[in-house]
Amino acid sequence: MSVHEQFAEDLALYALNALTGEDRVTLEQHLAACPACRRELEQLRADGALLALSTVGPKPPQRSRQRLMDAVAKETRMPVALSTRPRRSMWGFLGWAAAAAVIVFAASLWKENAALKRDVSSIHGLLDRQTAELEQARGVVDSITNPEGQHFTLVALKAPPQPQGKAIYVPKRGSLIFIANNLPKLPSQKTYELWLIPEQGAPIPAGLFKPDAHGSATVINPPLPAATIAKAFAMTVEDEAGASSPTMPIVMMSTGE
Amino acid sequence: MSSPETRGVAPDLAVVAAMRSGDQSAMAELYDRYSGIVYAVALRVLGDTGAAEDVLQEIFLQLWRNPGAFDAARGSLGAWLAVIARNRAIDSLRRRRPETDIEDVVLAVAPDLASEADRSRAAEKVRGVLGAMPPPQRSVLEMAYFEGMSHSEIATKTGEPLGTIKTRIRAGLMALRKAFATQYST
Repeated sequence: MSVHEQFAEDLALYALNALTGEDRVTLEQHLAACPACRRELEQLRADGALLALSTVGPKPPQRSRQRLMDAVAKETRMPVALSTRPRRSMWGFLGWAAAAAVIVFAASLWKENAALKRDVSSIHGLLDRQTAELEQARGVVDSITNPEGQHFTLVALKAPPQPQGKAIYVPKRGSLIFIANNLPKLPSQKTYELWLIPEQGAPIPAGLFKPDAHGSATVINPPLPAATIAKAFAMTVEDEAGASSPTMPIVMMSTGE
Repeated sequence: MSSPETRGVAPDLAVVAAMRSGDQSAMAELYDRYSGIVYAVALRVLGDTGAAEDVLQEIFLQLWRNPGAFDAARGSLGAWLAVIARNRAIDSLRRRRPETDIEDVVLAVAPDLASEADRSRAAEKVRGVLGAMPPPQRSVLEMAYFEGMSHSEIATKTGEPLGTIKTRIRAGLMALRKAFATQYST
């Protein structure tokens, strides 16, 4: 499928928000029905983004950074593990509108209507189950990552609290939840880095983190290559930007599943 | 494959993931990486440091409030923020309500800008492409991008036919695409 040539120039203008009037209306109608032109629109927006990179100028004043960080500190929010909000898109909306029209038409045909109702009922059931599962999952993640959550570590009596970490990893989904407690504080220019040690090959970076005032830290779903089987997880101390290979010594290492 | 300059720089997605978990230092890291681009774009459009600072604040605060708005499917974080900065600054310039939701900004591909070296290299390359363009083509492209002018407004201002404006804008974007095509495909 290729871009429709008659819209090629209008697409470029549209990507820069420079298309107005009837041309814009006509193009938007076409975009609603043409995936190839929507992909080309995304490409043109990326091309336009390059223009933004050409700008040179003074750096923002230091007060801007302070202003932002002050605002961020005031807006303590619940950690977000996953984006669960469906992506809103005008094209998606138009697609739903078209689908609704089709459903209205199909309603005039009794048999198809009955089949549709069964399908809709089944989808509703599936949606309800998935919503419940999602709520449960969000509740678990919220509890784990809530900054107000109380963390208790049970150890043998009279033993001082020991640093410890727990990694829960699902290779098939590339999903990793790591929770650590009692971690020693780090110098300001240093960070902890988690490593996935695969069965074969070099250690893979699995997230940078700093413990809070209580020595607790979490890493939720860092970007990891899919379907990598882990032999172990390890932790090192690195410079603040992190490292692509672990800097010795390893400060913590998993002892098995 | 990371370049020698980018080795040791945490990937944007890793920093965004840390920010999602509420890590304020990750937010500071993203600000340090991209505030320069965002501010430069806003200042170029608005020509006013106070207004540009407001756009800068708004965009990063929005990212903090809604970190799920960005994911890998949206292109590179630096380019994505630059486009949002441009859109917000144009809205501010034209004193209109925001026309584009940040969640509607999707870029097919864009250069990785995680390190200072990446950003300098990309900026230099773009400036090279713009410098090689015929002045009327570059001017039309910049009027559309940095002044937020529509094709009909540009036609009125330059006295050129609408069709010529359209052709120049598309050709300009294609020249930029061509210059970065090798980078995208590697």
